[in-house]
Amino acid sequence: MAGSLLLDMRDVHIEGRSGDAWLPIVKGVDLQLHRGEVLGLIGESGAGKSTLGLAAMGYVRGGTRISRGEVTFDGTDLVTAPESFRRGLRGKRIAYVAQSAAASFNPAHKLIDQFCEAPVMHGVLGRGEAERQAVDLYRRMRLPDPEGIGFRYPHQVSGGQLQRAMTAMAMACKPDLIIFDEPTTALDVTTQIEVLAAIRDIVDQSGTAAIYITHDLAVVAQMADRIKVLLRGDEVEEAPTREMLASPRQAYTRSLWAVRSHRRPEQPPAREAPVLEVRAVSAGYGAVKVLHDVSFDLHRGRTVAVVGESGSGKSTTARVIAGLLPASRGEVRIEGRPVAPSFKARPKEELRAVQLIHQSADTSLNPKQRVREILGRPVAFYAGMSGAKVEARVRELLRMIELEPDSFIDRLPGELSGGQKQRVSLARALAAEPRVLICDEVTSALDQIVAEGILKLLDRLQRELDLAIMFITHDLATVRAIADGVVVMKGGRVVDEGTKADVFTPPHHPYTELLLSSVPEMDPGWLDRVLEARAARA
Amino acid sequence: MIWRMVGQRLALGALVLLAITVVIFGAIELLGADFAQQRLGQSATEETLAALREQMGLNRPAWVRYGAWIGGAVRGDFGVSMANNRPIADLMAGRLGNTLFLAAFAAVMSVPLSIGLGLLAALWRNSWFDRAANVGTLTAIAFPEFFVAYILVYLIGSTGLFPTLASIPPGATFLERLHVTFLPALTLTLVVTAHMMRMTRAAIVNLLASPYIEMARLKGVPRARVIWRHALPNALSPIINVVALNLAYLVTGVVVVEVVFVYPGLGQLMVDAVRTRDVPVVQAAALIFAAVYVILNLLADVLSTLSNPRLMHRR
Amino acid sequence: MTAVLTWAAWVAGAFAGAAALGGAFRAVVWRLLGGPVARAVRTMPLSAAFGMAVIALYVVVALLAPWIAPFGEREVVGGQYLPWDSTHWLGTDNLGRDMFSRLIYGARNTVGIALATTALAFGVGAALGLTAAATGGWVDMVLSRIVDLLMAIPALILSLLLLTLLGASIPNMILVIALIDATRVFRLSRAVAMDVVVMDYVEAARLRGEGLAHIVRREILPNAMAPLIAEFGLRFCFVFLSISALSFLGLGIQPPTADWGSMVRDTATLITFGDITPLLPAGAIALLTVAVNFVVDWQLHRASGLKD
Repeated sequence: MAGSLLLDMRDVHIEGRSGDAWLPIVKGVDLQLHRGEVLGLIGESGAGKSTLGLAAMGYVRGGTRISRGEVTFDGTDLVTAPESFRRGLRGKRIAYVAQSAAASFNPAHKLIDQFCEAPVMHGVLGRGEAERQAVDLYRRMRLPDPEGIGFRYPHQVSGGQLQRAMTAMAMACKPDLIIFDEPTTALDVTTQIEVLAAIRDIVDQSGTAAIYITHDLAVVAQMADRIKVLLRGDEVEEAPTREMLASPRQAYTRSLWAVRSHRRPEQPPAREAPVLEVRAVSAGYGAVKVLHDVSFDLHRGRTVAVVGESGSGKSTTARVIAGLLPASRGEVRIEGRPVAPSFKARPKEELRAVQLIHQSADTSLNPKQRVREILGRPVAFYAGMSGAKVEARVRELLRMIELEPDSFIDRLPGELSGGQKQRVSLARALAAEPRVLICDEVTSALDQIVAEGILKLLDRLQRELDLAIMFITHDLATVRAIADGVVVMKGGRVVDEGTKADVFTPPHHPYTELLLSSVPEMDPGWLDRVLEARAARA
Repeated sequence: MIWRMVGQRLALGALVLLAITVVIFGAIELLGADFAQQRLGQSATEETLAALREQMGLNRPAWVRYGAWIGGAVRGDFGVSMANNRPIADLMAGRLGNTLFLAAFAAVMSVPLSIGLGLLAALWRNSWFDRAANVGTLTAIAFPEFFVAYILVYLIGSTGLFPTLASIPPGATFLERLHVTFLPALTLTLVVTAHMMRMTRAAIVNLLASPYIEMARLKGVPRARVIWRHALPNALSPIINVVALNLAYLVTGVVVVEVVFVYPGLGQLMVDAVRTRDVPVVQAAALIFAAVYVILNLLADVLSTLSNPRLMHRR
Repeated sequence: MTAVLTWAAWVAGAFAGAAALGGAFRAVVWRLLGGPVARAVRTMPLSAAFGMAVIALYVVVALLAPWIAPFGEREVVGGQYLPWDSTHWLGTDNLGRDMFSRLIYGARNTVGIALATTALAFGVGAALGLTAAATGGWVDMVLSRIVDLLMAIPALILSLLLLTLLGASIPNMILVIALIDATRVFRLSRAVAMDVVVMDYVEAARLRGEGLAHIVRREILPNAMAPLIAEFGLRFCFVFLSISALSFLGLGIQPPTADWGSMVRDTATLITFGDITPLLPAGAIALLTVAVNFVVDWQLHRASGLKD
């Protein structure tokens, strides 16, 4: 299947400017790609995969530079070639598909005008031919209304469709190489599967070579012939896909594989009265109704995972419980007593009972306050402690979240890693000694290994403190790992609910089925299987 | 859809204008001195004062006088000056035209110049040109109008090429007017260009960081075309705002410049009226300046709405 | 033509001099101070160093005015419009007062009044802006609409109108300018605070049950400080220019107080005779605003650079 050598990157070093100094981003990576071959580039955030992908086009972002190495594309070194030469290649022989299609399409021009720009400019096709090509590619990317969709503006087209339109645009000049930079990361799983299928088919049919960048192993398993693993700008290992999945050689790669291994033993169903009851809650922003008749219970020492895609209303439910968005109908009960719809009307005792942990640890800690103040304030505020008692309690909290008090108590959030920040926001919630913890996608922004650590910590704290946890997530693997009960939401309604065993054992509710079957699996044959199964049913 | 938005903006603009008349009138009600007293001086007797109040309609309730004022203003009748009893409309007649002429002259020079320079500075970001432009514009922004004006008088006035007193002879042709108003217009141009250029540059530089600009470059689009085809259509809306903001600024900047060059404009009239505390004249001039300012801002608002593709082509 | 060339030479010379002053100031401060300040000073651009040096110079002159000035502020010391000579370095003005002495006292009066006005505008504007952002609801609505309305009237025109009604005097002018600039400060500090208010940590504080004072003081203010400081600098420039413009128009600082704006107006006629004396007070105004602008520009650049 592999043809002649197309791209040969040797000892590539890339640096980024930080103040006066140049810091390494990519530290001497080799990369070879043959015609028609798809290479998966995988790593966590900060691994340098996007930077390396762009370097394959001889392109560096502002404030970065290729300090050493060669990028030989079809016999010419792009690093030393003149800019005009590189420009002649880009869009014509090497194309790029960006992560966020919504931001990467120019809002001022119609899709088809943006499609035609490269082929007409590079003299590959005339305008008329290019338009026919566009319609053909839109059809092959299975876009609805292929004749008409090109005449829309980007903001008039949905995210998943834009991503396919961008892949079509990349194919406009029949390039030898396409760089896919996390093309499905921003999409929901049910949309992702369609885009993945479309991308894979068109790459197969056209025989173009591709570099597929992602942080999701299961995705790359479907797309790539070979996988290269990066860690902080260094290559860890590289192997054909099946071989890599079956027997990763390096410890780091194995740790990536092992991440989803954490599984909490299932708890027996709770017998006592629930700590938190959500009763037929409806809510909305102004005239727009977001939640319709949502009900579920939460028990002491148990975790309920609320799952759904973006816009399903899962975070809104959390906001209603916390009192940030008063319900228009229905009520929320804590330990059997109904609470005021708005947090402003709730007494301190009710406020401390429910603690909300946000998705982004970056915005949930005040960057100008030290850990001592971040944790000390709720301690003093709720428990009425002062002075040395507060300090002692803060240290205790830090030990609970497995951070060494002496070295962390005087740090600013800017001096913490992403995982440490999330731990501190967890500790801030614990400082209130709550009954209910609402975790809103708390692991979504974190790398998998770090997220795993947070999940284990939550699990331990739940057992020690007998906490009821409402865990909001879009990631079913996380649900499998930590949930006792599951609530599946779609369009602001609860569509499926039950114990983990109920929800995850067939027969499923149709939407749960769709969600479950859309989550990529490590098996390279997964995508084909799912598509066949769906085709068979249709 | 879009026209409904434009309609809403226009309605809002009208509302703002109305509110401004209330503010101007209300301020005078709250803070204003007694017109009749001012007119007759301290020596006036109670009877003559009362008679004059009656004659000027000062005894009527505030809202009636407000209605009368607005009713008159709409018809172009602003009452009479307290200083010389002449109808204010006559005093302002030619002056408003002169002021608008000067502002328009400055706008014609400054808008293309500053947008062009701003584009170049954005295109050659961090070059020596950009740095020099940064220092130069920062300096120019900091200059008071009269400083720029007197420098020009000193430099160019001494050559005798252009008059330093911008009085317009009756029956002046268009070219003569341009000649006479060149120095004041140049002063305004220098003052506004710095602002506009910086804001244009900032708007473009802001856009150049967008992912779709990177995408265009990754499609092999040359630099000039990136600016022209990908950045500019999206920069239109911010640039229109920048221009309008500065044109509105011109309208007030004109006051000081008119005084320096003794130019027979509305600004000059207003300053004189402020000195003599001729309230009706100040009131009328303030209303006209504010109206021009509001209309310019409104125009910008509407134009930038129309030039925003996301608003123009709704889902 | 030669006048233009001479002028160009002067401008070039001024730039060279400014760069040299900035360089010297930077070198001196760097030597004298230690720690992080020295590092910031060492890497600052020449324009900012020049700005700081000028500001320092103005502060010294303003503080020491009575000791530096050879004559009194309001003292008539000779004939009208005397030319520059060894006694009256910059000649005399329209009433025969020493220009050089008045220029020095002007630093004290003009800058002092501008600073007081800025402080007033800033205190009121920032306090209301931060509160509006933190409170939201109708408080925010009402305050914002009032500010929108006041900002819909051009600043100079509004100040002319209000000064007509109140009468031209220093306290009135301070009040009027402070009111007008407070609207601008309000809008900026509200915008800055709005960016902070949407942060999850503010939400966390609210959910904890914290009151308005704690949220503004401990959560919002520390995070809004950098842009607010820069705004103070810029606001000072605007206030300073407004006051100078009003004084120039004869409606601001009143005689016999020495003030740069009115000094330009008093001596303006000289310019038509090719005497640059009126340019000096105008230049003094420009130089200070340029200096403040340079420093603020550097600060803003640094703040945005650190974010990246």
